[in-house]
Amino acid sequence: MTGAMNSRHPFIHLFFWLFVLFSLVPFLLVFMVSISGEESILKHGYSLFPSEFSTGAYSFLFNDFSTIAKAYGVTIAVTLIGTVVSLLITCLYAYPLSRPDMPFRRTLSFFLFFTMLFGGGMAPWYLTYVNMFGIKNTLLSMIIPNLLLSAFNVLLMRSFFSTSIPDSILESATIDGASEWTIFKSIVIPLSLPIVATIGLFNVLAYWNDWYNCMLFIDKQELYNIQYLMTKTLNNVQYLIMKAGSNAQAGEQLAKMPRETVRMAFAVVGVAPLLAAYPFFQRFYISGITSGAVKG
Amino acid sequence: METAVKQAAEVRRDTRTSAFLRKLKKYRALLIMTVPGLIYLIINNYIPMYGVILAFKTLSYDKGIWNSPWSGLDNFKFLFNSPDAFIITRNTVLYNVVFIVVNTVFALLVAILINEIKGKAISRFYQSTFLLPHIVSMVVVAYLVYGFLNQDSGLVNTVLTKYFHKDSIAWYSEAGYWPYILVIVNAWKNAGYLSIIYFAAIIGIDKEYYEAARIDGATRWKQMTAITLPLIMPVILIMTLMAVSSILRSDFGLFYQVTMASGPLIPTTNTIDTFVYRAMVQLGDIGMSSAAGLYQSVVCFFLILGANLAVRRYDKNSSLF
Repeated sequence: MTGAMNSRHPFIHLFFWLFVLFSLVPFLLVFMVSISGEESILKHGYSLFPSEFSTGAYSFLFNDFSTIAKAYGVTIAVTLIGTVVSLLITCLYAYPLSRPDMPFRRTLSFFLFFTMLFGGGMAPWYLTYVNMFGIKNTLLSMIIPNLLLSAFNVLLMRSFFSTSIPDSILESATIDGASEWTIFKSIVIPLSLPIVATIGLFNVLAYWNDWYNCMLFIDKQELYNIQYLMTKTLNNVQYLIMKAGSNAQAGEQLAKMPRETVRMAFAVVGVAPLLAAYPFFQRFYISGITSGAVKG
Repeated sequence: METAVKQAAEVRRDTRTSAFLRKLKKYRALLIMTVPGLIYLIINNYIPMYGVILAFKTLSYDKGIWNSPWSGLDNFKFLFNSPDAFIITRNTVLYNVVFIVVNTVFALLVAILINEIKGKAISRFYQSTFLLPHIVSMVVVAYLVYGFLNQDSGLVNTVLTKYFHKDSIAWYSEAGYWPYILVIVNAWKNAGYLSIIYFAAIIGIDKEYYEAARIDGATRWKQMTAITLPLIMPVILIMTLMAVSSILRSDFGLFYQVTMASGPLIPTTNTIDTFVYRAMVQLGDIGMSSAAGLYQSVVCFFLILGANLAVRRYDKNSSLF
């Protein structure tokens, strides 16, 4: 690392360190505000170098963690179920498309591909789900609409199947009398774990970060996911303590609330799991998006 | 004689149908595999496509979509006679044009410079740091922006008042600043992602070109303009044309969450997607919302076809379809 720093391009590194700062400072600012004393914020405003530190915001948040815990529960449940089901449907649709001898292959490809070219728009889509299928205020509304199957992911997976699984293996398995299901389960999927893992990661991120479906389909606060609870709290920090309970109690809590720092502490709590996991999946994620863009 | 021919034809047809049936039977398992995906596409994509008739109707909830009265082109007339249609189209297109130019230039610069770095570890550190903004949700971005811009204690106003002795600015009610702010926010979130894609394309270039160029005494700059850029041009072209073909689409989160849906900002931050949402959810005007959505879908459809034609003319192998 130091060797590279001493290379003959100091300006390149200077440029990149500025870019690193540009990428990271916003996160740092939010974190610093969250550990600032409320007094110092009111006096001096947000600062990257607060004059006074306090964990007051976090103790306020953790004092009654049930709202946040519930929202995390929803996010985790939706992410787990959604990712697994989505992977299953994606693999099942992509594999037949990768078989050159498959009847209706072109039709099935086009049926998928056309959805990338044209859509009915948001209002008909919303009414389909709400009026025809009645999924408002259910967990399903955060799992199914738009997120369950991405045409792009199917195409990625199909090209992996057709380039990485040798026909000879499939043929010899057929000759040995293996059924299509057995071939799919015991040969195709085990040979395709890299793409399954990549698309699984894309799914996890999509479900974890989703607030759009929650905003459209969920009115009940107990079903909010963490992202939508964060949206509500950004606009009105009192939202965190506005849940049930007597008004007197809420008013008392409200008076004690260090508003500015609590808001940012909640942002930290909301983004922390993703940032903590990032070092472990970043290399994998980078190879995923580059293989997708270059091959797909 | 004739009957014999007929019979022969029938037998042929029979064998053809039965061959077809045999094929269906043989591939039964594979066909069944596609059923969950098919059902999903029908529900999520094809039924809503049928729903575009809403744009030509006045929806009344008690009658349902099918039985609601037709209104012809009224929704479209209303939309295109209002100043909104022009403003949202202008905003969407202009933002996208600036996004494409700024992000592409910046991403190419970063990609080319990363390629100049020798140390593997530091190069990887840069890449993963630049990609970090891409993985967080727009809600988190809205918090980060709020940290800089909120009126009472945001970092920008603090610096303005404390060090420059200027008045603080009510960022969330001054529409004029937002075209700049959103370009910066969008670059912050997406330029790193694009640069990684371009960097991957650069790595894919055969090293022998550079060696040959060095032997011929080509400078770094010359190598960049004569080898790197021309050889990754197909990738640049595809990424750019994909972006151009969705020039009427916008990132709803960027324009709705990051602006905190602030009313005074609407003139400069309302795009087709936020308009469609506001018309439906806030005004309850399903017809108008559908009309704007259909307008967006149809124009995008033709833009994609056109973009694909353009790519195909340039390089047959890299066309989308």
